[in-house]
Amino acid sequence: MNRFALSVFLYLSAITIGFSQNPRVVKISEIESLIVTKSDKIQVINFWATWCAPCVKEMPILEKANLENGNIKVTLVSLDLDIDPSPEKVFKFVERKKITSRVLILDEHDPNSWIDKIDNQWSGALPATLLVNTKTGNRKFIERELREGELDDLIKQLN
Amino acid sequence: MKKAIQNVCLLVILISATQSIKKGYGVGDIAIDFKLKNIDGKMVSLSDYKSAKGFIVIFDCNSCPVSKLYNTRIIALNKKYLSLGFPVVAINSNDEQQSPDDSYAEMVSEANKKKYDFAYLHDQSQEVAQTYGATNTPHVFVLSKNGLSLKVAYIGAIDDNSRDGSKAEKKYVENAVDALLNGNQVPVTKTKAIGCGIKWKDA
Repeated sequence: MNRFALSVFLYLSAITIGFSQNPRVVKISEIESLIVTKSDKIQVINFWATWCAPCVKEMPILEKANLENGNIKVTLVSLDLDIDPSPEKVFKFVERKKITSRVLILDEHDPNSWIDKIDNQWSGALPATLLVNTKTGNRKFIERELREGELDDLIKQLN
Repeated sequence: MKKAIQNVCLLVILISATQSIKKGYGVGDIAIDFKLKNIDGKMVSLSDYKSAKGFIVIFDCNSCPVSKLYNTRIIALNKKYLSLGFPVVAINSNDEQQSPDDSYAEMVSEANKKKYDFAYLHDQSQEVAQTYGATNTPHVFVLSKNGLSLKVAYIGAIDDNSRDGSKAEKKYVENAVDALLNGNQVPVTKTKAIGCGIKWKDA
């Protein structure tokens, strides 16, 4: 079975088993729209990859916040496809770690053409986290691993 | 009141100016030379390369999957440009406490395994990465030599396709060095790419 067929198979089996969160493969426009679409919740958009150790390490902080804080919505944007042709690793990661936050898999080429659309302070290094209050347009951008307690402070500053 | 607002504005401008200084070099800045330990145990400075016309300085490491995908492309860059006067000088600035795979011993073994024929230097204090403003790996600074001074001509990615170099449409570093060799303006002077953040020492 070739790789594509295998990913389709895995994807379909994931749907059949009934995961509530099947990571979708998206274009940058969907992330841009998350940043600007008015929402009652503060959007916490985290950029990560399965190969990025500090990303994996900080993920429980984001997961916990997403479950416990009703005022925010966490989206985990995987950049695995930047170096890997198949989203399989992300599917497996999300299943194994029982990730409950929304996961999106970004499929774009030429990162130089879209990194500034997320935040012009971003160098492209992972992990990176963008917090946006879409009603006021206020935002915070962190380009490093989140520290314990830091996320709550940042959210408070945007309320 | 107006005066107060003016002062606040001035303060904001000053603060943002100091912050941008901290962020390292911009294109057109004069870069400093350094003295760092190579994988053969010898200390290396850019001034050691007497006949170089410039340098392809690459902040790189052993552990980053993006860096691993660029290994052969970096070897090819040196092969192509060393004889034309633009050698590759790779620098590993990752803190070995944060990233044990990037210790000096691991650098030596990685370079031997991959047959690096360019300098692979250990920036143990991380000062060079901080001064240059390197943020991720691989992160390239193309320097052009004018007399004794080194001018930053390009900062950013090697090309626009980490996954597969054969599918890269924009070869940023090659285009920059070719332009310098031909006395032309560098077409794209600054780019960004997804990479591993440099593993800084705990503050």
